[in-house]
Amino acid sequence: MSSPLALDVADLSKKYGDRMALSHANFEVPMGSICGFVGPNGSGKTTTIRMLLGLITPTTGSGHVLGESINHPEKYLPNVGAMIEGPAFYPALTGAQNLTVLAKLGGFDTNGIQGLLDLVDLGDRGNSKYKTYSLGMKQRLGIAAALLPKPKLLVLDEPTNGLDPAGIQEVRALLRKLADNGTTVFVSSHLLSEIEMISDHLVMLRLGKVIFSGKTSELLAKQQPVIVAKPENRADLEKLAKIAEAGGHSAKIIDESVHVTGESDFSAKFNRAAFEAGITLESLTPVRASLEDTFFEMTGE
Amino acid sequence: MWNVFKAELTKLKRPSLSISTIAAVTFVTGLVTSLLFLLVDSPEGNGERGVRIGRDVLALPTGVSLSFSNAAGLLGIVALCIFAAQTAQEYTYGTLRNLLLRQPSRMKILLGKLGSMKLFAIAMVTLSAVLAVSLSYLFAGVKDISTQAWATPDARAALVRTFINVLIATIGYGIFGMILGLLFRSPISAISIGVIWNLIIEGLLSAFVTNIDRYFPGQLLSIVAIGGNDRISYQYALFTSYAFLLAGLAIVAFLFKKRDVAN
Repeated sequence: MSSPLALDVADLSKKYGDRMALSHANFEVPMGSICGFVGPNGSGKTTTIRMLLGLITPTTGSGHVLGESINHPEKYLPNVGAMIEGPAFYPALTGAQNLTVLAKLGGFDTNGIQGLLDLVDLGDRGNSKYKTYSLGMKQRLGIAAALLPKPKLLVLDEPTNGLDPAGIQEVRALLRKLADNGTTVFVSSHLLSEIEMISDHLVMLRLGKVIFSGKTSELLAKQQPVIVAKPENRADLEKLAKIAEAGGHSAKIIDESVHVTGESDFSAKFNRAAFEAGITLESLTPVRASLEDTFFEMTGE
Repeated sequence: MWNVFKAELTKLKRPSLSISTIAAVTFVTGLVTSLLFLLVDSPEGNGERGVRIGRDVLALPTGVSLSFSNAAGLLGIVALCIFAAQTAQEYTYGTLRNLLLRQPSRMKILLGKLGSMKLFAIAMVTLSAVLAVSLSYLFAGVKDISTQAWATPDARAALVRTFINVLIATIGYGIFGMILGLLFRSPISAISIGVIWNLIIEGLLSAFVTNIDRYFPGQLLSIVAIGGNDRISYQYALFTSYAFLLAGLAIVAFLFKKRDVAN
């Protein structure tokens, strides 16, 4: 039996005039997972999120959020927290007042607001006006607002924008903690290293089309690992590349190193062959492709 | 809808809006009342378009509420600006998406907003009434105008009637502002178009084209505020102005319900 789904979309499309913002998208996000939603600017990420949250109407296709059709957002939105395209609040109100407006609107308990402000490290600035907040503080308030309904599904669009490294680490830890407690997190980000670190699932978009949907580990496993060899003498670069090719592996000279496609167990054999050919290696490093490498390869960016 | 109403009140109670509204209402009411009483002897007149309202008229039971009803047009402009800004700012700040996440029923958002802004309008009109009556007594003393008839049951009835009419007119102007806010989705555009339409286009055309004010909502609302005049009855002004406003509100509500929220 397959695990229950927090999100699933089938053939979902959105057309603005002649432009297809999202074209026949299909993907699923299991309950309790952290799913990264990645793609270049203008690939349709925010359009997809808006359709999932009932803000815009799909041109064709269907979708479900927490088991309910996206045609009836009133059935699932009480259990969804979201921050779309950055934080948006009333500048003349304080952080706490802004959260109070949203809590009253959603019928949530306003007593939990201070706790949420503390959670996102805004406990001592809750009574300052929003317009005085730094970009990072605004972002934190946006995350606090998304957590107001104690959501089963948290949808965050670029949550680490404007945060310093410590802030990014805190958000990462927070998302992990929420997922461990059963919250499904659907997070879009352009920081692919962040997504790689936290997400167990991935949906990748390019030009309005889903080009990958599935487990992050499956995607990364598809990529050939690379061994990077740096000879002590730069004159040996071509000779070294030929040794790798003779062993049945493709090799490319990049800067002062030879990049050989192959599993790490080829390293020892390659090292021995280089030594036998009179080449001393300064370094020999097996490198697994990162999400960023994979992303660039798949999107052709 | 009740949740939207409560949430909107939190926004309306913010000091920057409350203080500026109190200042605007005080200024408008003070200006109209002082001009009415202090220019009572001026040959240029002390009423609309050079009309002279004499001491005998001001001493009538209706005299105590006259400046209040005369201030309705300007109070209406204040309401128009507030309703337009409160509605359109959701687009410019991008906060509409937050509202719709927490309350997906767009009609409930509209009705809750309208309800809370009506309550704000009631507070505005009440403040204006208190100021108008207080200043009327003050200036009547200064200009030796008899206030004996102002304490009679007739005067109280006239004041209550005027309060209701001014409130209806002020809320009408506010609804007009809300329509413009939803239509233009920008406070500056909505307010400037609303003010230009009411003060300049309607005002100028009504001055030069006979009877055209029978078809202008702003002009009709100002007639509602004074309880009708010799050319246009109160009932006609009330039903025609609100027919225009409700039709406009229905159209923008339909657009609001159907339009994608893409900002």
